[in-house]
Amino acid sequence: MVRIDKDLVAATATPLVLAILAEGESYGYAILKRVRDLSDGELEWTDGMLYPLLHRLHRLGYVTTQWRTPSGERRRKYYTITDDGREALTDQRRQWETVTRTLGDVWGGLDLLPFSLGRA
Amino acid sequence: MDRLEAEIAEWREFVERSPAVDNGDVDELEAHLRDQVTDLTSVGLASDEAFLIAVKRMGSVSELSREFAQEHSGRLWRQLVDSGAAQEEPTAGSWVEMLGFALGAALAVQIARLAAGFPTEEPAWLLRNLSLFVLPFLAGYFARRRNLTLKQVLLSALPFAVAAVVVNVYPFDPSGSTEILVAAHLPVALWFVVAYPYMGAVLTSHEGRMDFVRFTGEWFIYYVLIALGGAVLTALATLILEPAGIDSEQITEWVLPSGAAGAVVVAAWLVESKQRVVENMAPVLTLIFTPLFGLMLTAAAVVYLVTGFGDAFDRELLGIFDALLVVVLGLVLYGISARDTTKPPGWMDRIQLITVLGALLLDLVVLGAMAARIGDLGFTPNRTAAIGLNLVLLANLVGAAWLSIRFLSGRGSFHRLERWQTAYLPVFAVWAAVVVLALPPLFSFA
Repeated sequence: MVRIDKDLVAATATPLVLAILAEGESYGYAILKRVRDLSDGELEWTDGMLYPLLHRLHRLGYVTTQWRTPSGERRRKYYTITDDGREALTDQRRQWETVTRTLGDVWGGLDLLPFSLGRA
Repeated sequence: MDRLEAEIAEWREFVERSPAVDNGDVDELEAHLRDQVTDLTSVGLASDEAFLIAVKRMGSVSELSREFAQEHSGRLWRQLVDSGAAQEEPTAGSWVEMLGFALGAALAVQIARLAAGFPTEEPAWLLRNLSLFVLPFLAGYFARRRNLTLKQVLLSALPFAVAAVVVNVYPFDPSGSTEILVAAHLPVALWFVVAYPYMGAVLTSHEGRMDFVRFTGEWFIYYVLIALGGAVLTALATLILEPAGIDSEQITEWVLPSGAAGAVVVAAWLVESKQRVVENMAPVLTLIFTPLFGLMLTAAAVVYLVTGFGDAFDRELLGIFDALLVVVLGLVLYGISARDTTKPPGWMDRIQLITVLGALLLDLVVLGAMAARIGDLGFTPNRTAAIGLNLVLLANLVGAAWLSIRFLSGRGSFHRLERWQTAYLPVFAVWAAVVVLALPPLFSFA
């Protein structure tokens, strides 16, 4: 299991949450479960930290919130992404694509050496 | 299961103690905790084990409240706990510190008054320089409180030095109006200079600017309260001392100027240290006065739109309108700063929009009348200052109205509106500085 650096977790949090909300409205606990599923448990968050992040997204107008009690379940605060949020997500996505492509390029080039040595 | 309930209640109480976490947040966190416990027990854990794991995953309460504090700095805005450890302000130390600066301001004003021979004589230089005797002490107080470096202190002092030179070197025409305009605009410009040390020498932060708006509003409330108390005290002192043959005019002459100057620093100190008291009062005050001002503005705009200004549109009326618009803008700004940014649009936002639209209408009416007057009679210093102020206000109000409408119709966020106002603040500062620095030479000090 790869230990992911704290700063990196923090940096990925916003796009990740926005992307999950872009799939459909959700609430805190479900968002965290989805993060765990997506990363096979490798992206570990302290649960509580999700909420200040969600509140920030709300303040920025990226999400709207609503308290609801689905029948047979407990009362929860649901988050829905807004158009502004989708815009922010697109922008974040562009940035991440550039970053991962750049890293991929540089590592792809370096990879050749150890791999060929290993195979030899 | 009862044991679990008790544990959750205890945990909840513990989290609630953090001033940055409000009830809705705790509800949300509790729902999360319960979801987690349910999931864990369904895979076979005992409920107390499940609770322990759920709490552990939630993170330590102190860390949690720190994160909340960073996001919701408005909820506790001065007791910021960004560094984690709740910072205990050395209250006694800062009290003495404050007194030094307050006495400095009181003394400076008293010396100036004696030098000018006020109130027997009323030299214009006294009026022009008045804010320069007081506000540097306020800036100094904040420079000390925020632990500014020497370079930052010098940077805060620079505008005061420039203002002092300009105000006293410009050859004002004693019968002209530029002198009065400078006297009226200099305090405003210098108030924005105080923002630099207040914000800890970081002017770019929008949150910091909003804090300064809050500070300004609350400072004003405290100042008015102190002034009221002072008035009662003076009145009583007069009544008591008069029979003893002591001339009460002398008391007011000596006490009033120094008291008014010292109170500027004292009010700032009260805002800084007794934050919470006003925090409860301020939203109530905006709640009462925003609708009332909205009503009055709309009525005034309609009346003048129907009747026209006629002969009534003189210099004084213009000044009153401008003062009114500035007060309304202050109220709107303060209302924005006191609002919980996470709340959905409510009726208070609608009232605020109506107030802004009323102000906008009135501003347009005034601008129309003034443009006609300038067309007929040309520019004078007064008209230039007034039309400039009205244009500055117009642009702000149009932006505020547009963003409010977007917010209310669900197409924009409150954050945008807040950003617009904080981004606009320098425009006011620049305009006040322009009137002080550039207007007098432009009109050859007439």
